[in-house]
Amino acid sequence: MTEKTVLNATHRALGARMVDFGGWDMPINYGSQIEEHHAVRRDAGMFDVSHMTVIDLHGARTKAFLRHLLANSVDKLKVHGKALYSCMLNEQGGVIDDLIVYFLGDAHYRLVVNAATRAKDLAWIQQQAQGFGVEVKERPEFAMVAVQGPNARAKVLGLLHEVDRARIEKLGKFAAAAAQGPHGMPLFVARTGYTGEDGFEIIVPAEHAVALWEALAAAGVVPAGLGARDTLRLEAGMNLYGQDMDETVSPWEANLGWTVALDEGRDFIGRAALEKQKADGVRRVMVGLVLDEKGVLRHGQKVLTAIGEGEILSGSFAPTLEKAVAFARIPAGEPGAVRVDIRGRELPVRLVKYPFVRDGKPCDGI
Amino acid sequence: MSEIPGDLKFNKTHEWARVEDGGLVRVGISDHAQAQLGDLVYVELPEIGASVTAGNAAAVVESVKAASDIYSPVSGEVVEVNEALSDKPETINEDAFGEGWIYVVRMSDRAELDQLLDASAYEEVVENEDH
Repeated sequence: MTEKTVLNATHRALGARMVDFGGWDMPINYGSQIEEHHAVRRDAGMFDVSHMTVIDLHGARTKAFLRHLLANSVDKLKVHGKALYSCMLNEQGGVIDDLIVYFLGDAHYRLVVNAATRAKDLAWIQQQAQGFGVEVKERPEFAMVAVQGPNARAKVLGLLHEVDRARIEKLGKFAAAAAQGPHGMPLFVARTGYTGEDGFEIIVPAEHAVALWEALAAAGVVPAGLGARDTLRLEAGMNLYGQDMDETVSPWEANLGWTVALDEGRDFIGRAALEKQKADGVRRVMVGLVLDEKGVLRHGQKVLTAIGEGEILSGSFAPTLEKAVAFARIPAGEPGAVRVDIRGRELPVRLVKYPFVRDGKPCDGI
Repeated sequence: MSEIPGDLKFNKTHEWARVEDGGLVRVGISDHAQAQLGDLVYVELPEIGASVTAGNAAAVVESVKAASDIYSPVSGEVVEVNEALSDKPETINEDAFGEGWIYVVRMSDRAELDQLLDASAYEEVVENEDH
Protein backbone atom coordinates (compact mmCIF):
# COMPACT_ATOMS: atom_id res chain seq x y z
CA MET A 1 0.00 0.00 0.00
CA THR A 2 1.55 3.30 -1.03
CA GLU A 3 1.31 6.15 1.42
CA LYS A 4 -0.13 9.54 0.58
CA THR A 5 0.76 12.95 1.93
CA VAL A 6 -2.03 15.28 3.00
CA LEU A 7 -1.43 17.22 -0.25
CA ASN A 8 -2.09 14.22 -2.50
CA ALA A 9 -5.50 15.39 -3.72
CA THR A 10 -4.09 18.88 -4.31
CA HIS A 11 -1.36 17.46 -6.57
CA ARG A 12 -3.88 15.40 -8.50
CA ALA A 13 -6.19 18.38 -8.93
CA LEU A 14 -3.23 20.27 -10.43
CA GLY A 15 -2.80 17.45 -12.97
CA ALA A 16 0.43 16.12 -11.49
CA ARG A 17 2.01 12.97 -12.87
CA MET A 18 2.29 10.75 -9.79
CA VAL A 19 4.96 8.11 -9.16
CA ASP A 20 5.92 5.77 -6.36
CA PHE A 21 8.84 7.28 -4.43
CA GLY A 22 10.09 5.18 -1.53
CA GLY A 23 6.61 3.84 -0.90
CA TRP A 24 4.94 7.26 -1.29
CA ASP A 25 2.63 8.38 -4.07
CA MET A 26 4.35 11.63 -5.05
CA PRO A 27 4.21 14.17 -7.91
CA ILE A 28 7.13 13.81 -10.35
CA ASN A 29 5.96 16.88 -12.29
CA TYR A 30 2.89 19.01 -12.94
CA GLY A 31 3.50 19.20 -16.71
CA SER A 32 7.08 20.18 -17.49
CA GLN A 33 9.88 19.18 -15.15
CA ILE A 34 12.25 21.57 -16.93
CA GLU A 35 9.93 24.57 -16.52
CA GLU A 36 9.56 23.74 -12.83
CA HIS A 37 13.34 23.57 -12.53
CA HIS A 38 13.71 27.01 -14.12
CA ALA A 39 10.95 28.45 -11.93
CA VAL A 40 13.00 27.54 -8.86
CA ARG A 41 16.28 28.87 -10.32
CA ARG A 42 14.70 32.13 -11.49
CA ASP A 43 11.79 32.88 -9.16
CA ALA A 44 10.18 30.59 -6.59
CA GLY A 45 8.91 27.03 -6.55
CA MET A 46 7.45 24.75 -3.89
CA PHE A 47 7.79 21.05 -3.20
CA ASP A 48 5.67 18.79 -1.06
CA VAL A 49 8.27 17.02 1.06
CA SER A 50 5.80 15.74 3.64
CA HIS A 51 7.02 12.21 2.98
CA MET A 52 10.20 13.04 4.87
CA THR A 53 10.31 11.87 8.46
CA VAL A 54 10.36 14.28 11.39
CA ILE A 55 11.66 12.83 14.65
CA ASP A 56 11.75 14.74 17.93
CA LEU A 57 14.23 13.74 20.62
CA HIS A 58 13.60 14.69 24.22
CA GLY A 59 15.56 14.11 27.38
CA ALA A 60 18.29 15.60 29.52
CA ARG A 61 20.97 13.50 27.77
CA THR A 62 19.83 14.19 24.18
CA LYS A 63 22.95 16.17 23.36
CA ALA A 64 25.21 13.40 24.67
CA PHE A 65 23.18 10.92 22.61
CA LEU A 66 23.58 12.94 19.40
CA ARG A 67 27.32 13.37 20.02
CA HIS A 68 27.40 9.56 19.93
CA LEU A 69 24.91 9.01 17.08
CA LEU A 70 26.12 11.53 14.47
CA ALA A 71 29.39 11.95 12.56
CA ASN A 72 29.05 15.73 12.64
CA SER A 73 29.19 17.39 16.03
CA VAL A 74 26.10 18.92 17.62
CA ASP A 75 28.57 20.89 19.76
CA LYS A 76 28.50 23.32 16.82
CA LEU A 77 24.84 24.07 17.59
CA LYS A 78 24.99 26.87 20.13
CA VAL A 79 22.02 29.03 19.20
CA HIS A 80 18.39 27.97 19.54
CA GLY A 81 16.99 26.95 16.13
CA LYS A 82 20.38 26.32 14.52
CA ALA A 83 20.60 23.35 12.12
CA LEU A 84 23.37 20.96 11.17
CA TYR A 85 23.72 18.50 8.27
CA SER A 86 25.19 15.15 9.30
CA CYS A 87 25.61 11.53 8.38
CA MET A 88 24.49 8.77 10.72
CA LEU A 89 26.98 5.91 10.39
CA ASN A 90 27.16 2.26 11.27
CA GLU A 91 30.17 0.80 13.10
CA GLN A 92 31.90 0.14 9.76
CA GLY A 93 31.68 3.83 8.87
CA GLY A 94 28.98 3.21 6.24
CA VAL A 95 26.22 5.78 5.87
CA ILE A 96 22.87 4.66 7.34
CA ASP A 97 21.31 7.99 6.34
CA ASP A 98 22.01 11.69 5.96
CA LEU A 99 19.86 14.08 7.94
CA ILE A 100 19.37 17.54 9.36
CA VAL A 101 19.35 18.06 13.12
CA TYR A 102 17.83 21.18 14.71
CA PHE A 103 18.76 22.44 18.17
CA LEU A 104 15.51 23.40 19.88
CA GLY A 105 16.59 23.39 23.52
CA ASP A 106 19.02 21.68 25.88
CA ALA A 107 16.65 18.73 26.14
CA HIS A 108 15.01 18.91 22.69
CA TYR A 109 16.46 18.30 19.24
CA ARG A 110 14.60 17.59 15.99
CA LEU A 111 15.80 15.32 13.18
CA VAL A 112 14.55 15.29 9.61
CA VAL A 113 15.51 12.04 7.88
CA ASN A 114 14.81 10.50 4.47
CA ALA A 115 11.47 8.88 3.67
CA ALA A 116 12.89 5.75 2.05
CA THR A 117 15.01 4.97 5.13
CA ARG A 118 12.35 5.79 7.73
CA ALA A 119 11.90 2.32 9.26
CA LYS A 120 15.57 1.43 9.56
CA ASP A 121 16.46 4.90 10.83
CA LEU A 122 13.83 4.77 13.56
CA ALA A 123 14.90 1.28 14.60
CA TRP A 124 18.56 2.31 14.73
CA ILE A 125 17.93 5.56 16.59
CA GLN A 126 15.67 3.83 19.12
CA GLN A 127 18.23 1.10 19.71
CA GLN A 128 21.05 3.59 20.22
CA ALA A 129 18.91 5.88 22.40
CA GLN A 130 18.27 3.20 25.01
CA GLY A 131 21.44 3.83 26.98
CA PHE A 132 20.75 7.57 27.11
CA GLY A 133 17.16 7.62 28.32
CA VAL A 134 16.18 9.70 25.29
CA GLU A 135 12.59 9.68 24.07
CA VAL A 136 12.38 9.12 20.28
CA LYS A 137 9.12 10.46 18.92
CA GLU A 138 8.12 10.41 15.27
CA ARG A 139 5.90 13.33 14.24
CA PRO A 140 3.68 12.01 11.42
CA GLU A 141 1.14 14.74 12.16
CA PHE A 142 3.42 17.22 10.38
CA ALA A 143 3.52 18.01 6.68
CA MET A 144 6.46 19.78 5.07
CA VAL A 145 6.67 22.22 2.17
CA ALA A 146 9.99 23.43 0.71
CA VAL A 147 9.79 26.89 -0.89
CA GLN A 148 12.92 27.56 -2.91
CA GLY A 149 14.28 30.15 -5.31
CA PRO A 150 15.64 33.70 -5.36
CA ASN A 151 12.18 35.13 -4.55
CA ALA A 152 11.07 32.31 -2.24
CA ARG A 153 11.81 34.02 1.07
CA ALA A 154 10.04 37.24 0.11
CA LYS A 155 6.94 35.33 -0.95
CA VAL A 156 6.84 33.33 2.28
CA LEU A 157 7.48 36.42 4.43
CA GLY A 158 4.45 38.10 2.88
CA LEU A 159 2.24 35.33 4.23
CA LEU A 160 3.51 35.46 7.80
CA HIS A 161 1.89 37.32 10.65
CA GLU A 162 3.24 40.89 10.77
CA VAL A 163 4.82 40.40 14.17
CA ASP A 164 6.95 37.53 12.84
CA ARG A 165 8.12 38.98 9.52
CA ALA A 166 11.19 40.96 10.59
CA ARG A 167 12.44 38.13 12.76
CA ILE A 168 12.03 35.47 10.07
CA GLU A 169 13.55 37.78 7.45
CA LYS A 170 16.69 37.97 9.62
CA LEU A 171 16.87 34.21 10.06
CA GLY A 172 20.37 33.10 9.07
CA LYS A 173 21.16 30.24 6.71
CA PHE A 174 20.72 26.84 8.32
CA ALA A 175 18.59 28.21 11.14
CA ALA A 176 14.93 27.77 12.02
CA ALA A 177 12.26 29.51 14.09
CA ALA A 178 8.57 29.28 14.84
CA ALA A 179 6.21 31.73 13.14
CA GLN A 180 2.52 32.22 12.44
CA GLY A 181 1.38 31.62 8.88
CA PRO A 182 -1.92 32.36 7.11
CA HIS A 183 -4.96 32.22 9.46
CA GLY A 184 -2.55 32.00 12.39
CA MET A 185 -1.39 28.48 11.56
CA PRO A 186 1.75 27.52 13.52
CA LEU A 187 4.81 27.07 11.28
CA PHE A 188 8.36 25.89 11.87
CA VAL A 189 10.33 27.85 9.28
CA ALA A 190 13.87 26.70 8.44
CA ARG A 191 16.21 28.48 6.04
CA THR A 192 17.40 25.24 4.50
CA GLY A 193 16.88 23.46 1.21
CA TYR A 194 17.93 20.94 -1.38
CA THR A 195 18.14 23.03 -4.54
CA GLY A 196 21.17 25.34 -4.23
CA GLU A 197 18.82 28.32 -3.99
CA ASP A 198 17.85 30.39 -1.01
CA GLY A 199 14.49 29.61 0.57
CA PHE A 200 12.69 27.94 3.41
CA GLU A 201 11.63 24.46 4.37
CA ILE A 202 8.43 24.80 6.37
CA ILE A 203 7.07 22.20 8.77
CA VAL A 204 3.32 22.66 9.23
CA PRO A 205 0.62 20.66 11.04
CA ALA A 206 -0.95 18.41 8.39
CA GLU A 207 -4.41 19.95 8.80
CA HIS A 208 -3.05 23.35 7.65
CA ALA A 209 -0.87 22.09 4.78
CA VAL A 210 -3.43 22.54 2.00
CA ALA A 211 -4.22 26.11 3.12
CA LEU A 212 -0.51 26.91 3.25
CA TRP A 213 0.04 25.42 -0.24
CA GLU A 214 -2.86 27.42 -1.65
CA ALA A 215 -1.67 30.65 -0.05
CA LEU A 216 1.80 30.09 -1.51
CA ALA A 217 0.31 29.38 -4.95
CA ALA A 218 -1.73 32.59 -4.71
CA ALA A 219 1.53 34.41 -3.90
CA GLY A 220 2.97 33.16 -7.20
CA VAL A 221 4.99 30.19 -5.96
CA VAL A 222 5.05 27.49 -8.68
CA PRO A 223 4.35 23.86 -7.69
CA ALA A 224 7.38 21.72 -8.58
CA GLY A 225 7.69 17.95 -8.54
CA LEU A 226 10.33 15.50 -7.39
CA GLY A 227 11.77 15.45 -10.93
CA ALA A 228 12.80 19.10 -10.70
CA ARG A 229 13.94 18.58 -7.11
CA ASP A 230 16.33 15.89 -8.35
CA THR A 231 17.91 17.97 -11.15
CA LEU A 232 18.13 21.02 -8.87
CA ARG A 233 19.95 19.17 -6.10
CA LEU A 234 22.28 17.46 -8.58
CA GLU A 235 23.25 20.81 -10.13
CA ALA A 236 23.76 22.13 -6.60
CA GLY A 237 26.15 19.25 -5.85
CA MET A 238 24.02 17.63 -3.16
CA ASN A 239 24.04 13.90 -2.55
CA LEU A 240 20.98 11.68 -2.74
CA TYR A 241 20.91 8.85 -0.22
CA GLY A 242 20.69 5.41 -1.83
CA GLN A 243 22.13 6.68 -5.10
CA ASP A 244 25.30 8.55 -4.09
CA MET A 245 25.96 6.81 -0.79
CA ASP A 246 24.64 3.94 1.30
CA GLU A 247 25.78 1.62 4.07
CA THR A 248 28.69 0.30 1.97
CA VAL A 249 30.11 3.78 1.42
CA SER A 250 31.89 6.00 3.95
CA PRO A 251 31.64 9.81 4.01
CA TRP A 252 35.25 9.95 2.69
CA GLU A 253 34.08 8.12 -0.45
CA ALA A 254 30.99 10.29 -0.90
CA ASN A 255 32.58 13.74 -0.71
CA LEU A 256 31.02 14.18 2.71
CA GLY A 257 34.29 14.51 4.62
CA TRP A 258 33.30 18.11 5.40
CA THR A 259 30.42 16.78 7.51
CA VAL A 260 32.64 14.57 9.68
CA ALA A 261 33.88 16.20 12.87
CA LEU A 262 36.90 14.36 14.29
CA ASP A 263 36.79 16.53 17.38
CA GLU A 264 38.80 15.65 20.46
CA GLY A 265 37.38 12.97 22.72
CA ARG A 266 34.03 12.40 20.97
CA ASP A 267 33.35 8.71 20.46
CA PHE A 268 30.70 8.63 17.72
CA ILE A 269 29.50 5.48 15.97
CA GLY A 270 31.78 4.66 13.03
CA ARG A 271 34.62 6.93 14.16
CA ALA A 272 37.20 4.17 14.58
CA ALA A 273 36.45 2.81 11.11
CA LEU A 274 36.66 6.27 9.55
CA GLU A 275 40.00 7.01 11.20
CA LYS A 276 41.40 3.68 10.04
CA GLN A 277 40.21 4.29 6.49
CA LYS A 278 41.78 7.74 6.52
CA ALA A 279 45.09 6.37 7.82
CA ASP A 280 45.15 3.49 5.32
CA GLY A 281 44.16 5.75 2.41
CA VAL A 282 40.71 6.01 0.86
CA ARG A 283 40.48 3.82 -2.23
CA ARG A 284 37.51 5.39 -3.99
CA VAL A 285 36.59 9.01 -4.53
CA MET A 286 33.48 10.80 -5.71
CA VAL A 287 33.93 13.25 -8.56
CA GLY A 288 31.83 15.53 -10.74
CA LEU A 289 31.52 14.87 -14.48
CA VAL A 290 30.32 17.05 -17.35
CA LEU A 291 29.39 15.65 -20.78
CA ASP A 292 29.93 18.29 -23.46
CA GLU A 293 28.67 16.02 -26.24
CA LYS A 294 25.05 15.15 -26.79
CA GLY A 295 23.70 12.42 -24.58
CA VAL A 296 22.65 11.93 -20.99
CA LEU A 297 24.74 10.61 -18.10
CA ARG A 298 22.70 8.22 -15.97
CA HIS A 299 22.95 6.16 -12.82
CA GLY A 300 24.78 2.87 -13.41
CA GLN A 301 26.75 3.82 -16.52
CA LYS A 302 30.34 2.61 -16.53
CA VAL A 303 33.13 5.20 -16.14
CA LEU A 304 36.48 4.35 -17.72
CA THR A 305 39.69 5.85 -16.31
CA ALA A 306 43.42 5.18 -16.62
CA ILE A 307 43.41 3.51 -13.20
CA GLY A 308 40.29 1.38 -13.46
CA GLU A 309 36.55 1.50 -13.80
CA GLY A 310 34.05 3.52 -11.85
CA GLU A 311 30.34 4.11 -11.96
CA ILE A 312 27.90 6.97 -12.43
CA LEU A 313 25.94 7.61 -9.23
CA SER A 314 23.47 10.47 -9.81
CA GLY A 315 23.42 11.57 -13.45
CA SER A 316 20.99 13.64 -15.46
CA PHE A 317 20.45 16.30 -18.03
CA ALA A 318 21.00 19.57 -16.14
CA PRO A 319 18.41 22.12 -17.31
CA THR A 320 20.38 25.18 -16.14
CA LEU A 321 23.45 24.03 -18.08
CA GLU A 322 21.62 22.38 -21.00
CA LYS A 323 23.96 19.42 -20.87
CA ALA A 324 24.42 16.31 -18.79
CA VAL A 325 26.29 16.25 -15.48
CA ALA A 326 26.87 13.49 -12.96
CA PHE A 327 28.52 12.33 -9.80
CA ALA A 328 30.71 9.27 -10.22
CA ARG A 329 32.71 7.07 -7.87
CA ILE A 330 36.08 6.15 -9.34
CA PRO A 331 39.34 4.70 -8.02
CA ALA A 332 41.50 7.20 -6.11
CA GLY A 333 44.59 8.43 -7.98
CA GLU A 334 45.32 10.02 -11.34
CA PRO A 335 42.37 9.10 -13.60
CA GLY A 336 43.79 10.52 -16.86
CA ALA A 337 41.28 11.01 -19.67
CA VAL A 338 37.86 9.87 -18.48
CA ARG A 339 35.17 8.32 -20.67
CA VAL A 340 31.66 7.07 -20.01
CA ASP A 341 30.09 4.07 -21.72
CA ILE A 342 26.64 5.10 -22.96
CA ARG A 343 24.92 2.15 -24.65
CA GLY A 344 28.20 0.80 -25.98
CA ARG A 345 29.62 4.15 -27.12
CA GLU A 346 32.51 5.64 -25.15
CA LEU A 347 32.09 9.40 -24.81
CA PRO A 348 34.70 11.72 -23.26
CA VAL A 349 33.69 13.55 -20.08
CA ARG A 350 35.35 16.31 -18.09
CA LEU A 351 36.21 15.84 -14.44
CA VAL A 352 35.12 18.97 -12.56
CA LYS A 353 34.82 20.36 -9.10
CA TYR A 354 31.18 20.78 -8.15
CA PRO A 355 28.62 22.28 -7.35
CA PHE A 356 27.74 22.71 -10.99
CA VAL A 357 25.30 25.59 -10.30
CA ARG A 358 25.08 28.05 -7.42
CA ASP A 359 22.47 30.80 -6.92
CA GLY A 360 21.04 30.38 -10.38
CA LYS A 361 24.36 30.56 -12.27
CA PRO A 362 26.71 27.92 -13.70
CA CYS A 363 29.87 27.69 -11.59
CA ASP A 364 33.27 28.54 -13.09
CA GLY A 365 34.72 25.79 -15.23
CA ILE A 366 31.40 24.01 -15.83
CA MET B 1 -4.12 14.70 -24.25
CA SER B 2 -4.56 15.45 -27.93
CA GLU B 3 -6.80 13.29 -30.06
CA ILE B 4 -5.25 10.26 -31.72
CA PRO B 5 -5.24 10.75 -35.52
CA GLY B 6 -7.34 8.08 -37.21
CA ASP B 7 -4.87 7.48 -40.07
CA LEU B 8 -2.14 6.19 -37.78
CA LYS B 9 -1.22 2.64 -36.86
CA PHE B 10 0.47 1.80 -33.57
CA ASN B 11 2.76 -0.55 -31.73
CA LYS B 12 1.64 -1.54 -28.26
CA THR B 13 4.92 0.08 -27.22
CA HIS B 14 3.53 3.50 -28.28
CA GLU B 15 5.25 4.11 -31.62
CA TRP B 16 3.05 5.34 -34.46
CA ALA B 17 3.33 4.63 -38.19
CA ARG B 18 1.83 6.77 -40.96
CA VAL B 19 1.70 5.14 -44.39
CA GLU B 20 2.66 7.62 -47.09
CA ASP B 21 3.02 7.45 -50.86
CA GLY B 22 5.50 5.09 -52.48
CA GLY B 23 5.66 2.51 -49.69
CA LEU B 24 7.12 5.00 -47.22
CA VAL B 25 6.18 4.91 -43.55
CA ARG B 26 6.77 7.83 -41.18
CA VAL B 27 7.45 6.83 -37.55
CA GLY B 28 7.12 8.68 -34.26
CA ILE B 29 5.94 8.17 -30.69
CA SER B 30 2.45 8.83 -29.40
CA ASP B 31 1.33 11.84 -27.44
CA HIS B 32 0.65 9.49 -24.55
CA ALA B 33 4.26 8.24 -24.72
CA GLN B 34 5.77 11.73 -24.70
CA ALA B 35 3.60 12.67 -21.73
CA GLN B 36 4.76 9.57 -19.85
CA LEU B 37 8.41 10.26 -20.64
CA GLY B 38 8.30 13.93 -19.71
CA ASP B 39 10.57 16.63 -21.15
CA LEU B 40 12.72 15.12 -23.89
CA VAL B 41 16.33 16.30 -23.98
CA TYR B 42 18.06 14.06 -26.52
CA VAL B 43 17.12 11.91 -29.50
CA GLU B 44 19.48 9.34 -30.98
CA LEU B 45 18.37 9.05 -34.61
CA PRO B 46 19.01 6.04 -36.84
CA GLU B 47 21.38 6.53 -39.77
CA ILE B 48 20.00 7.04 -43.25
CA GLY B 49 20.40 3.77 -45.09
CA ALA B 50 20.26 1.69 -41.93
CA SER B 51 17.95 -1.28 -42.02
CA VAL B 52 15.43 -1.60 -39.24
CA THR B 53 13.33 -4.57 -38.20
CA ALA B 54 9.77 -4.48 -36.93
CA GLY B 55 9.77 -4.79 -33.14
CA ASN B 56 13.47 -4.00 -32.78
CA ALA B 57 15.04 -0.84 -31.40
CA ALA B 58 15.70 1.74 -34.13
CA ALA B 59 16.20 4.97 -32.18
CA VAL B 60 16.47 6.21 -28.60
CA VAL B 61 14.67 9.10 -26.97
CA GLU B 62 15.93 10.42 -23.67
CA SER B 63 13.88 12.47 -21.27
CA VAL B 64 15.28 14.06 -18.14
CA LYS B 65 14.38 10.94 -16.24
CA ALA B 66 15.01 8.01 -18.60
CA ALA B 67 16.28 6.69 -21.92
CA SER B 68 13.76 4.73 -23.98
CA ASP B 69 14.21 2.58 -27.05
CA ILE B 70 11.97 3.31 -30.03
CA TYR B 71 10.84 0.03 -31.57
CA SER B 72 10.26 0.18 -35.30
CA PRO B 73 6.64 -0.56 -36.29
CA VAL B 74 7.77 -1.93 -39.67
CA SER B 75 10.91 -3.36 -41.30
CA GLY B 76 12.82 -1.69 -44.09
CA GLU B 77 15.44 0.91 -44.94
CA VAL B 78 15.64 4.30 -43.25
CA VAL B 79 15.39 6.97 -45.95
CA GLU B 80 14.94 10.14 -43.91
CA VAL B 81 15.50 11.24 -40.31
CA ASN B 82 14.18 14.29 -38.47
CA GLU B 83 17.44 16.20 -38.00
CA ALA B 84 15.55 19.07 -36.35
CA LEU B 85 15.17 16.86 -33.27
CA SER B 86 18.94 17.04 -32.66
CA ASP B 87 18.60 20.66 -31.60
CA LYS B 88 14.97 20.64 -30.53
CA PRO B 89 14.07 17.26 -29.03
CA GLU B 90 11.20 19.00 -27.21
CA THR B 91 9.40 19.12 -30.58
CA ILE B 92 8.22 15.61 -29.72
CA ASN B 93 6.64 16.91 -26.51
CA GLU B 94 4.99 19.73 -28.39
CA ASP B 95 3.72 17.87 -31.47
CA ALA B 96 4.22 14.11 -31.15
CA PHE B 97 1.96 13.17 -34.08
CA GLY B 98 3.23 15.91 -36.43
CA GLU B 99 6.51 17.86 -36.34
CA GLY B 100 7.87 15.41 -33.80
CA TRP B 101 8.21 12.51 -36.27
CA ILE B 102 11.49 10.62 -35.92
CA TYR B 103 12.31 8.78 -39.16
CA VAL B 104 10.88 7.54 -42.47
CA VAL B 105 11.36 3.95 -43.55
CA ARG B 106 10.85 2.35 -46.99
CA MET B 107 8.98 -0.72 -45.84
CA SER B 108 10.03 -4.12 -47.07
CA ASP B 109 6.94 -6.08 -46.03
CA ARG B 110 3.56 -4.39 -46.32
CA ALA B 111 1.92 -7.30 -44.46
CA GLU B 112 3.54 -6.06 -41.24
CA LEU B 113 1.04 -3.20 -41.23
CA ASP B 114 -1.70 -5.71 -40.44
CA GLN B 115 0.06 -6.56 -37.18
CA LEU B 116 -0.25 -2.98 -35.93
CA LEU B 117 -3.11 -1.53 -33.89
CA ASP B 118 -5.52 0.96 -35.38
CA ALA B 119 -6.25 4.21 -33.54
CA SER B 120 -9.19 2.91 -31.52
CA ALA B 121 -7.40 -0.29 -30.48
CA TYR B 122 -4.41 1.82 -29.39
CA GLU B 123 -6.69 4.14 -27.46
CA GLU B 124 -7.86 1.10 -25.53
CA VAL B 125 -4.26 0.13 -24.72
CA VAL B 126 -3.68 3.60 -23.32
CA GLU B 127 -6.87 3.57 -21.28
CA ASN B 128 -6.03 0.19 -19.78
CA GLU B 129 -2.62 1.53 -18.78
CA ASP B 130 -4.13 4.51 -17.02
CA HIS B 131 -6.40 2.42 -14.82
